[in-house]
Amino acid sequence: MNNVDLAIIGGGAAGLAAALSAVDDALRIVLIEKDRQLGGILNQCIHHGFGLHQFKEELTGPEYADRFIQSLSKQGVSIMFETTVLDIQKKEDFELMISSPKHGYEHLHARAVILASGCYERTRGAAIIPGTRPKGIMPAGSAQRYLNMEGYLVGKRIFILGSGDIGLIMARRMTLEGAQVLGVAEIMPYSNGLTRNIVQCLHDFDIPLYLSHTVTHVKGKEVLEQITIQEVDQSMNPIAGTEKVFDVDTLLLSIGLIPDVALFDGLPMKKSPTTRSAYVDQHLMTNIDGLFVCGNALHVHDLVDWVSDEGKKAGQWAKRYLLSPSHAVKDLKPILLGHYVRYVVPHHIDMNDCTEPITLSFRITKKMTAAYIKVIQDDQVIAQRKSAYLAPAEMESMIIQPHQLISKNPIQLIVEDIV
Amino acid sequence: MKELTCIVCPVGCHLSVDENQKITGNKCPRGYQYAISELTHPKRMLTTTVRTIFNDVPRLSVKSKEPVPKEYLFDIMSELNQLIVTKHVKIGDIIVSNIHQTGVDMVATKSTDVNHQ
Repeated sequence: MNNVDLAIIGGGAAGLAAALSAVDDALRIVLIEKDRQLGGILNQCIHHGFGLHQFKEELTGPEYADRFIQSLSKQGVSIMFETTVLDIQKKEDFELMISSPKHGYEHLHARAVILASGCYERTRGAAIIPGTRPKGIMPAGSAQRYLNMEGYLVGKRIFILGSGDIGLIMARRMTLEGAQVLGVAEIMPYSNGLTRNIVQCLHDFDIPLYLSHTVTHVKGKEVLEQITIQEVDQSMNPIAGTEKVFDVDTLLLSIGLIPDVALFDGLPMKKSPTTRSAYVDQHLMTNIDGLFVCGNALHVHDLVDWVSDEGKKAGQWAKRYLLSPSHAVKDLKPILLGHYVRYVVPHHIDMNDCTEPITLSFRITKKMTAAYIKVIQDDQVIAQRKSAYLAPAEMESMIIQPHQLISKNPIQLIVEDIV
Repeated sequence: MKELTCIVCPVGCHLSVDENQKITGNKCPRGYQYAISELTHPKRMLTTTVRTIFNDVPRLSVKSKEPVPKEYLFDIMSELNQLIVTKHVKIGDIIVSNIHQTGVDMVATKSTDVNHQ
């Protein structure tokens, strides 16, 4: 099958949802997965806490993935396992250069593409940790894959930099598997992880959390031997005299995620410096006609439930694009960001194609205990709601109904702190 | 007065329990149950993996069907680490019943036959 209507790249949470919602008797759809199984990162997230919004119950990652995999197995979507997309070119249609152990190097033509390739972890280079370059320093998610899928415990004496949920979950997981976790350092004065993870992953096992601390030195020739952490001041500079030294063989990094859109490098695609992924309109389409992006490949989400929602939308819009395309010339207007709004997805709205509700997903720059979220057009408030609690670590959303738009001029999203 | 953070769901309610065991701060009844259980006999969900003989799934993810007493977590881990799964299992299948005499079953959260899903 070298000619399809829709190619979905990535069989994780976003790609699975996209495939399910795009299914149609009139469409040939292929889902391309680089691993030997579907589910993506959900397979290594064996802890529970997924699906409260999608299924109203708490599932483990593999169970959450299974719900979608089971639904998909009843549909006529072909799945290519162990297949890597090497490059995408746009000519008349999309040409995908793919490779797999079974079929070798092949070309695949698709009328539309949904990129659902997820994100990758920030590495040591991105965090600039001074010192030598020994073995034993790795992203927490990589250690999670080694442990939960391959069965390898990467170290016995562990320190964790970054207190995001992956770091906290790994602190508990490695402790249960017999490693000693000596501490977690967080450069911010607060943790970005869920409070319940601080309790059940750190407090339960007496693992100390060092807030406003970072790793300032690593030591070790072949293998990591020692790390030094230091307290930081308000400008994030290390404070002399606050050094604490730990003898460890492993330093896990849980310091952030970046959308994986390297595949776009060959396409003239416009990217946002904030989300580090594509600019999209309200139909999750990039500036390249027929190319859609969703899930963590578009922007990093807090909950897999929201990833599935976005994947579902991408699938619906791709299906509409293929079956009943709009012939109107696009009238793209940017969404302007007010104070405290760090980014919003979509980045712009096609004013000539506003028939469905538009979901704005955004993050703010400041913690607020109460705030108004407002959408402004032509100096008028066209939509607003009150929110009891807003934080930079939590993605927010705001829905605009088509009838609320009063013109084709740009809209602005603003957040007002209620003091 | 004792302060607790509810871990039943990701909301993480801040609970207070006073001298008369009156519980406040919970947004749902599960928070009330959690506070009682946490102060009398704390329990936790356990998720881990067990060895298999299958190349595609060298580790099978499992969970306790219900929370288990916190003090048995490490004992249960060592019991599970002795185990090797040699027959194909489906998601939800019992891997060990009544683990460590807790009355709780450990169940598979994945099927071992991943390529035929």
